[in-house]
Amino acid sequence: MSEIHAETVAFARDTMMPPAPPPRRETGAVRWMRENLFSGPLNIILTILAAWLLWLALRDLLPWAWRGIWQAGSASECRAIRDQLYGEGVPAACWAVVRARWRQLLFGFYPADGLWRPLLALGLFLVAVLPVLFSGAPRRLLWLSAAAPFVIVWLLWGGSLWGPVAAALGFVVGWAIWAAVARRGNAGLALLLGLGAALAWWFLLARPVAAGLASVAPLALVPVESRAFGGFTLSLVIGLAGICLSLPLGVLLALARRSELFFISKVAVAYIEVIRGVPLIVWLLVAQVVLNYFLPRGTNFDILLRVIIMVTLFSSAYIAEVIRGGLAALPSGQYEAADALGLGYWQATRLIVLPQALKISIPGIVNSFIGLFKDTTLVSIISLFDPMRISSTIRATTEWGGIYWELYVFVALVFFAFCFAMSRYSIWLERRLERSHR
Amino acid sequence: MKTSVMLGTLALAGLAGAAQAATLDDVKARGTLNCGVNPGLTGFAAPDASGTWQGFDVDLCRAIAAAALGDPAKVNYIPLSGETRFTALAAGEVDVLARNSTWTFSRDTDLKLDFPAVNYYDGQGFLAPRALGVASAKELDGATVCIQTGTTTELNLADFFRVNNITYEPVPIANDAEGRQQYLAGACDVYTTDASGLASVRATFETPDDHVILPEIISKEPLGPAVRHGDTEWADIVRWTFYALVTAEELGITAANVAEMAAAPTENPEINRLLGTEDEYGTMAGLDQQWAVRVVQAGGNYGEIFERNLGESTSIGLARGLNALWTQGGLMYAPPFR
Repeated sequence: MSEIHAETVAFARDTMMPPAPPPRRETGAVRWMRENLFSGPLNIILTILAAWLLWLALRDLLPWAWRGIWQAGSASECRAIRDQLYGEGVPAACWAVVRARWRQLLFGFYPADGLWRPLLALGLFLVAVLPVLFSGAPRRLLWLSAAAPFVIVWLLWGGSLWGPVAAALGFVVGWAIWAAVARRGNAGLALLLGLGAALAWWFLLARPVAAGLASVAPLALVPVESRAFGGFTLSLVIGLAGICLSLPLGVLLALARRSELFFISKVAVAYIEVIRGVPLIVWLLVAQVVLNYFLPRGTNFDILLRVIIMVTLFSSAYIAEVIRGGLAALPSGQYEAADALGLGYWQATRLIVLPQALKISIPGIVNSFIGLFKDTTLVSIISLFDPMRISSTIRATTEWGGIYWELYVFVALVFFAFCFAMSRYSIWLERRLERSHR
Repeated sequence: MKTSVMLGTLALAGLAGAAQAATLDDVKARGTLNCGVNPGLTGFAAPDASGTWQGFDVDLCRAIAAAALGDPAKVNYIPLSGETRFTALAAGEVDVLARNSTWTFSRDTDLKLDFPAVNYYDGQGFLAPRALGVASAKELDGATVCIQTGTTTELNLADFFRVNNITYEPVPIANDAEGRQQYLAGACDVYTTDASGLASVRATFETPDDHVILPEIISKEPLGPAVRHGDTEWADIVRWTFYALVTAEELGITAANVAEMAAAPTENPEINRLLGTEDEYGTMAGLDQQWAVRVVQAGGNYGEIFERNLGESTSIGLARGLNALWTQGGLMYAPPFR
């Protein structure tokens, strides 16, 4: 080694220098604000404008909500308390109406000692959809998912436990016969026999079996009429039933519309166009009024069931179109690859086409579902007590006449919570299923 | 295909109309009375915090159930909007419509309804802010008016302004609650609906004294229960249930003393006939002897029902006015029980 550099190199660092903290204006909130809010003249103007609008909106709203009065027996009492606390004419919310009537807003006229039933039904529903929504959930829960519809119906409407059990057994009977015959190799005959057996069970045997079981073990809840359903219980029953039923129906309709069988595709087109071409309110009025003319006198076709059927049929037409969009977006290479592998129509659809098409359609499907859920408030036109109708009914009592915003705010917040949850789930699902664009 | 569906609907509607003859039998077989009510009108029909329906019209439903079924609690209250009320009645969804509906010529004839009685004589009025400085409805030239759609009030309003040769601008609203809100928000200068409704609306205002009900009553609004055309036995039951309430007030029979009066024949033969201690008037109507006793027990006589729901002791504070008994200068006049 030469000595040349012995003097020139007075000091050589043998460890890394610790990184200096960045300048203050390049970190944390300051930097974020500079980058996002004040990055240029236009941005600065927009930021100030937005802040001003926000202040305009909240300036009155927040103090009004914050001053809110929670303990009062009527609107006039609310005003008296307000005058005492803040002086006359100061805006203050009268949250006492929500406190007094939250039960009706959430449960309608459901019997007060049975409020655990809709709650338990909702809990059961959430557990039952877990294995469908999240692939990480234990697969064994699927058994619960299969049983849940029957238990939920029993919990909500009450009556003997054996009615829903007998109805469920019909599916079991049909499936057992189908499986037994299909094993021998004749798929068409198996489907026919299975369907026939299930129908025979429902129409001939289910009633006596249910009655027999009820006489042996009388397990029953107090029956609750559909008229007693109201508020968010009603919205959730109609919305969730519509969502769960319209998705499979929509998938079938979308496949039928793209089918190469002339008759099937034309029927699907006609159905979708007719249902979509008429407003939901008209279908609801048909459900309430016109059906009564067609049904034989004395038949008591439950109004809620009618509404659920109409909402499902209506929503399935929209879902079908959304899914058709997903199907159309698949490159034809996917179909050809499936054919090249020797897959049949159903195999190809189940394994290759639908998983991809559904993934593409997720935002559209969730969009339709959120719309459907909010559309349940339209049932007020046929005099079912949705949250909006309940709030105007509350306003019609002498105590709470003249109360508007408090009830609207409450209804809006609950709706927002549900819709926001659905929207977040959809975003999460999209991220998780993202494959191609990584 | 559409035509055949339409024809089918009409044919079935005809069948259904013909088949719906014996409402009383249906009601008895079902065990409950389906009563169409307003989904929320202060004083007339609204559910309380526990979900029990209360109001002036609701008490009539209870009285009819007491007469026909023996129990005033056996009522299914079916709330109906202004647009669907008559269709629901015609389709058989309700047995009787006690929903502050005005008895008019076209509803009676064209819509094939029967109005067996009038339980409230109302009339359309105007509510205006005192600050507007209007003393008479005739000064309302060019005013914006909040008006409920699908009601007789809408038509009366047009007539009134046309007759007086003045103009107005309608602001259509769907229901009473929306009407109050629009009126208070200043979307319209005046709010018009039945005077009873205006009184109850004004009662909920923060400063009721800042608003006046103008002196003109521009229409006749005989509000009453409605039933389907063609079942006169059922219409009789509804009619005489109501007249039993009026007669009970006239004869001084109240919820408190009816049991005592019905225990044994009294001096007054009309009381005896009404309460079933003399002759057999109940069976003539297809009911039992005690029907009128139960009707009065259900919620008191007409005067008691009025006082409890609408009268001066309530926040609505309506005077009897036209709805007083004929003996006190009103129009409530029941045909004799004879």
